[in-house]
Amino acid sequence: MIERRSRLARVVQVEIPVLAIVLFALAPYAWMVITSFKPNEEIAQWPVAYWPSEGTLQHYRDLLARTTFAGNLLNSFIVAVGAVTVGLLVSVPAAYAFSRFRFRGRRFLMVQFLVVNMFPIVLIIIPLFVLMRALGLLDTFLGVIAGHSTFAIPFSIWMMTSYMNAIPPELDEAAIMDGASRLQTIRLVILPIVMPGIVTTGIYIFVTSWNEYLFAMMLSGQNVRTVTVALQLFIGEFTVQWGLLTAGGTLVAIPVTILFLLVQRRLVGGLTAGAVKS
Amino acid sequence: MTSLVTAGARSRALMTPYAFLLPALVVTAAVILVPVLQTAWMSLHDFVLFRPKDVPFIGFGNFQRMWNDEVFWISLGHSFLWIALVVGFQFLLGLGAALLLNESFWWRGIARSLIIVPWALPSVIIGLMWTWMYDFNVGVINDGLLRLGLISEPVAWLAHPDTAFYAVILALIWQGFPFFAVVVLAGLQTIPAELYEAAEIDGASRFQKLVYVTLPSISEVIATALLLRTIWVANSLDVILVMTGGGPGYATHTLPLYAFLKAYSGMEFGYGAALALVLTALLLVVVFIYVRRVARELSR
Repeated sequence: MIERRSRLARVVQVEIPVLAIVLFALAPYAWMVITSFKPNEEIAQWPVAYWPSEGTLQHYRDLLARTTFAGNLLNSFIVAVGAVTVGLLVSVPAAYAFSRFRFRGRRFLMVQFLVVNMFPIVLIIIPLFVLMRALGLLDTFLGVIAGHSTFAIPFSIWMMTSYMNAIPPELDEAAIMDGASRLQTIRLVILPIVMPGIVTTGIYIFVTSWNEYLFAMMLSGQNVRTVTVALQLFIGEFTVQWGLLTAGGTLVAIPVTILFLLVQRRLVGGLTAGAVKS
Repeated sequence: MTSLVTAGARSRALMTPYAFLLPALVVTAAVILVPVLQTAWMSLHDFVLFRPKDVPFIGFGNFQRMWNDEVFWISLGHSFLWIALVVGFQFLLGLGAALLLNESFWWRGIARSLIIVPWALPSVIIGLMWTWMYDFNVGVINDGLLRLGLISEPVAWLAHPDTAFYAVILALIWQGFPFFAVVVLAGLQTIPAELYEAAEIDGASRFQKLVYVTLPSISEVIATALLLRTIWVANSLDVILVMTGGGPGYATHTLPLYAFLKAYSGMEFGYGAALALVLTALLLVVVFIYVRRVARELSR
């Protein structure tokens, strides 16, 4: 706002409240990371020791050496890359159609892609399990990726359409005038310009797929189990070993936090367009 | 001959957009449309997974059963309370955060980035970290409240029917308030400075500027965000599933969670499908309002 607050007023009315909110946002995360470096005796200590007297990497070593966690990380990575690939491959052409053509059913179809994105997950997940079982796709990468494409495709269609709408149609027309075919125009004009949009959309699909839990739990078994499912199973398997769990949580959370911070600014436009699930 | 060629070319040109759409439509039909139709079919049958050969058609039997199912009504009630509290507090906290982050101070950029961290995290980890903090024996929340003298003995937050629901709600508020902060902040940045200058010339106080300038300017953004958030929160079940699994008893059952548990643990896919359909039907009203707002901008 326009008027200037005095320095003291700014500290009291703005900076201290902001600090409180930031602490609220970060505290649970920080507590998880701190716990993961504590030796077991201190984790079980009461009253709680807030800072480890001696940091240890033991939980991380145990996690990677004695559990399936490393394999689960790889599975999550494969599934997420698969979801990004499927999502982008089918939605970039679709977004091009929505952005560059005015055809019968355009509005109807766009709205449908929005509506399916809002369906409750339970509406889709129950029959998808039955379907995958009938097709023999339970516990395969293809099955989990198919599950994740239920949210990856509608989201990326909406994001990519808005990115393509931002490119002036005059650019396409100029290319056509110069004798380029439609596919050449797409390859040489459109794709290079929307590349940042494609990267943002791809990263967001990656993060969402990496974080996803319900589809992964329903559709995967031992062979393709992802990290989120594995972490949840640790709770039952070991009589809640908080050191292992928090170490695993930290390893899973840090890469996506970084990726998410990278793209979030460019997502804001898509947020209110309803495309971004959160 | 030439007219034939042009007719062919024209119809090909007409088909072009559909050709570009084809892959997306085929995949979406396979992973969404077919399952939804199957849900409708299952809801009319007594479909239990371990009895795949014997799936009798029972008409609206599943829906009748729901009407007499006490757990359905408990879950439905929880769902309404859940949406109201989670969305309400996420919004208030997000609005407050956005207004503060719109002020200028030297570390504003960092604060704006850090505040969205909860949003980036997987729900399993959110459930995990909060379960750990709520721990009865060595949880940091009991420890802090004891030190502050707010409670006299440790509380089993997630095991007690009176507190479990609200404990999960707090975790969800934490997860979702950054969404509102980011969206509202983006809206605040579009308000022209002239409006504030004019209000100041008219002698408006800071509070009056908030009520008469800021809030009306971002009311559209807020309405869209509230609708969207209501839909996501109504559908969300993963954090509850991780933290309490719906318990103790039915204390943290919501409608989507009940549908999921019926299918996943109970193997009663027919009944689970019927519950999912009822949830969808209830949500359709909100989805309809939301989609109409967005579609208005599509007509261009």
